[in-house]
Amino acid sequence: MSDYNPTTEAEIADIIAQSQGPLAIQGGGTKGVTCPGKTISTQGLTGIVNYEPGALTMIAKAGTPLAEIEAVLDKEGQRLAFEPVDFGQVLGQQSDPTIGGVFAINNSGSRRFQSGAARDFLLGVRFVDGTGQILKNGGRVMKNVTGYDLVKLLCGSWGTLGVLTEVAFKTLPKSETQRSLVLHGLTSEQAVNAMTRCVGSPFEISGAVHLPFDPSGAKTVIRIEGFEGSVAYRVEQLQKLLSDYTQSQLDDAGSVAFWNDIRTLAPLDGHSQAIWKVSVKPTDGPAIMKSAGFTGGFMDWSGGLIWGTAAASTNPRDMGINGHATLIKGPTETISKFHPEAPLVAAYSNKIRQKFDPSGRLNQGLMA
Amino acid sequence: MDMPAPNSEIIAKKAMIAARLRQVLPDRAVIEDPAETRAYECDGLSAYRCPPMLAVLPSTTEEVAEIMKICNEYNVPVVPRGSGTSLAGGALPTADSVILGVARMNGVLETDYDNRIIRVQTGRTNLSVTGAIEEDGFFYAPDPSSQLACAIAGNIAMNSGGAHCLKYGVTSNNLLGVRMVTVAGEIMDIGGAHLDAAGLDLLGVICGSEGQIGVVTEATLRILHKPEGARPVLMGFDSNEVAGQCVSDIIKAGVLPVAIEFMDRPCIRATEAFAGAGYPDCEALLIVEVEGSDAEIQEQLDKILDIARRHNPVELREAQDADQAARIWLGRKSAFGAMGQINDYMCLDGTIPVSELPYVLRRIGELSKEFGLDVGNVFHAGDGNMHPLILYNANKPGDLEKCEAFGAEILKLCVEVGGCLTGEHGVGIEKRDLMNVQFSEADLDAQMKIKDVFDPKWLLNAAKVFPLANSQARRTAA
Ligand SMILES: Cc1cc2nc3c(=O)[nH]c(=O)nc-3n(C[C@H](O)[C@H](O)[C@H](O)COP(=O)(O)OP(=O)(O)OC[C@H]3O[C@@H](n4cnc5c(N)ncnc54)[C@H](O)[C@@H]3O)c2cc1C
Repeated sequence: MSDYNPTTEAEIADIIAQSQGPLAIQGGGTKGVTCPGKTISTQGLTGIVNYEPGALTMIAKAGTPLAEIEAVLDKEGQRLAFEPVDFGQVLGQQSDPTIGGVFAINNSGSRRFQSGAARDFLLGVRFVDGTGQILKNGGRVMKNVTGYDLVKLLCGSWGTLGVLTEVAFKTLPKSETQRSLVLHGLTSEQAVNAMTRCVGSPFEISGAVHLPFDPSGAKTVIRIEGFEGSVAYRVEQLQKLLSDYTQSQLDDAGSVAFWNDIRTLAPLDGHSQAIWKVSVKPTDGPAIMKSAGFTGGFMDWSGGLIWGTAAASTNPRDMGINGHATLIKGPTETISKFHPEAPLVAAYSNKIRQKFDPSGRLNQGLMA
Repeated sequence: MDMPAPNSEIIAKKAMIAARLRQVLPDRAVIEDPAETRAYECDGLSAYRCPPMLAVLPSTTEEVAEIMKICNEYNVPVVPRGSGTSLAGGALPTADSVILGVARMNGVLETDYDNRIIRVQTGRTNLSVTGAIEEDGFFYAPDPSSQLACAIAGNIAMNSGGAHCLKYGVTSNNLLGVRMVTVAGEIMDIGGAHLDAAGLDLLGVICGSEGQIGVVTEATLRILHKPEGARPVLMGFDSNEVAGQCVSDIIKAGVLPVAIEFMDRPCIRATEAFAGAGYPDCEALLIVEVEGSDAEIQEQLDKILDIARRHNPVELREAQDADQAARIWLGRKSAFGAMGQINDYMCLDGTIPVSELPYVLRRIGELSKEFGLDVGNVFHAGDGNMHPLILYNANKPGDLEKCEAFGAEILKLCVEVGGCLTGEHGVGIEKRDLMNVQFSEADLDAQMKIKDVFDPKWLLNAAKVFPLANSQARRTAA
């Protein structure tokens, strides 16, 4: 149990307004960090408020378990297209993420480069700021430019601007079928070359990963989703595009299983001292994979996202990254979890934070 | 429409300010002759006009920074401007302001197909971004109807959309990074060729901030390979309800068309008279477009046509070739022009949950009778973004006011059913005073706090977006 277990938004507002000192916000407790102070859980705020499959939109209370939401969507043949990563396994925790937590950390998986990040699917938020004020922004419709977009600002703010209480988001139809092309034995450079070739083709792909450390040898996997006829056609075209490499294929079930493993970060050694997530442009990926000091890991987003395992002393930021590196698990006492920002950007970000949480109480230490 | 009274102390310093600006800009980049500043007196919302005190046309980010430092020093209001096609009055000047136009900054700085990005100066027009890459098979997805004229600068400021955003998203979903000059004249880089921000998503707030946070001079945009082909179908129905139901059934079936456009009877009649596209005379018409190879297109169209048939369409027309496809789009593309032939019109832009479509159209019909003004509806049905076009006569005293009152009622209706005031055109001055309908004081205050951070003296485009009463204290504090 947390120190505070509110079941309504109003209660959260009261707690924040009437308490003092730091507060650590807990969703499913799967974000892999602990913050100082009393804990406040959102898990009592549950329930799907509205779901219109024909409009591709859902509204849910922030503490609603992700699993429940995915089950409800599944029944209507829909899904969260941004495919949030499941960190449970690598963080060694009972994983029970909430939908609010997913958006609070802008948790986006393998389909990100094609269909967008969590932030691109979030349509509206209700939240309580660091002074106990209840606020809303955005709405439940897909196109909305009314006023400033605080929805995106809140998404990925790791609870430092407010406690999310309700989220409205866009859903998408599940694909009828999927298949994956597997290329064998490629170097990281070759893999990124192959993956960017696919991404830059008209044959829409929805996943592109390279697993250099796979026990069966380096593997590059490309996912194709859609209607049966279209998938067959695109697989054929992509095979031609990649004819210089040794290929095999995963059928629907095999492909689903493979990408499920990616979603749970199964290729990463959960016992390693540190796990890093590095975001760069795809063609910078191979150099990072090679020189950042990782002992294992894989590339996602066609090379633009590197998941790396490392010793506690390794800091990939030392090599100078044109992008950013986040320490997912590891020695956050000695290395900051978040990539230091350019001083000017950091200064403006801090000022924004002070506006929403003037005494810096919410998730203290995060993103600072 | 109220605008704050211009500050006469600033206008009195016009000559000195112009001289200071000339110290940092080439002579021809500073415009002070009233005959020439008049060119900047309005944007696409031409019912409202006011020439600025001065206009400046910088060629580099560094020049923009120098301009901002000077304006900041003398507390001169600045209104950033792209191509001036805003339909919300976003680029409307005040008499004491400097128009900062980025039109001369229109270069392509980098194209990188491997990483699927293009970096451009923001004065570049939307269509010429695609123009720079289409020979290589690529395109920039957001496609506002004004794309021939509007600039990426304005697209970012308004978070503009277009007919194809159902599949590809709006500007915000296709923007990876910006270079921005702050009010203090600092040059700031946010985001870049990689996906997703490291810290707070400032890019997300800058996009759609209507020129109130900083002057965006460069942008890194996501580009995509062109699809192999695209083809539309046209379907006619004898009720709006049925057409609305058909839209939601198509979406539920898992087909994701690139566009679903809707026109109602008044609009169909007007475009027929104007463009003669051969549309059926029916209550509601849908144009649905899908993309892919020939076989992929057919696979999707078969599913869509199946669904449409279940709703007893009065007409179902599949384009067999490029010519027929063009004819299907012809009426839709000339809809605004057609309505303009009948009379002056005001174009609204509210969004509603798709399920509320029939109710909202019915209410708009009732309101049309109450106000005694005709209205046609043409809009992006897939995402509920409506564009009611209210016809009025600008030369008839009181008609514009009546039209605005009617428009306000429609927008309130959009909010009432769970939608919003504007889906893609922005708030500007046009919807400024309706913001209280959608947001509480606290909600608006939260947004204004962001402006406080970037523009503590409220110099940038200050009289827009927020109801003047709400922003009064902030605007006059400095
Ligand atoms: C016929 C017609 C059809 C249209 N169709 C569509 C449509 O389909 N979809 C759609 O979304 N819109 C549409 N619009 C509206 C308009 O074209 C868009 O809002 C467009 O993005 C404005 O771009 P602009 O360069 O003309 O900006 P401007 O009108 O010059 O300015 C718009 C706003 O951007 C700000 N701004 C400009 N430059 C900068 C800068 N460098 N830094 C910061 N802020 C800046 C201005 O201050 C202003 O608030 C249409 C307009 C017309 C006239």
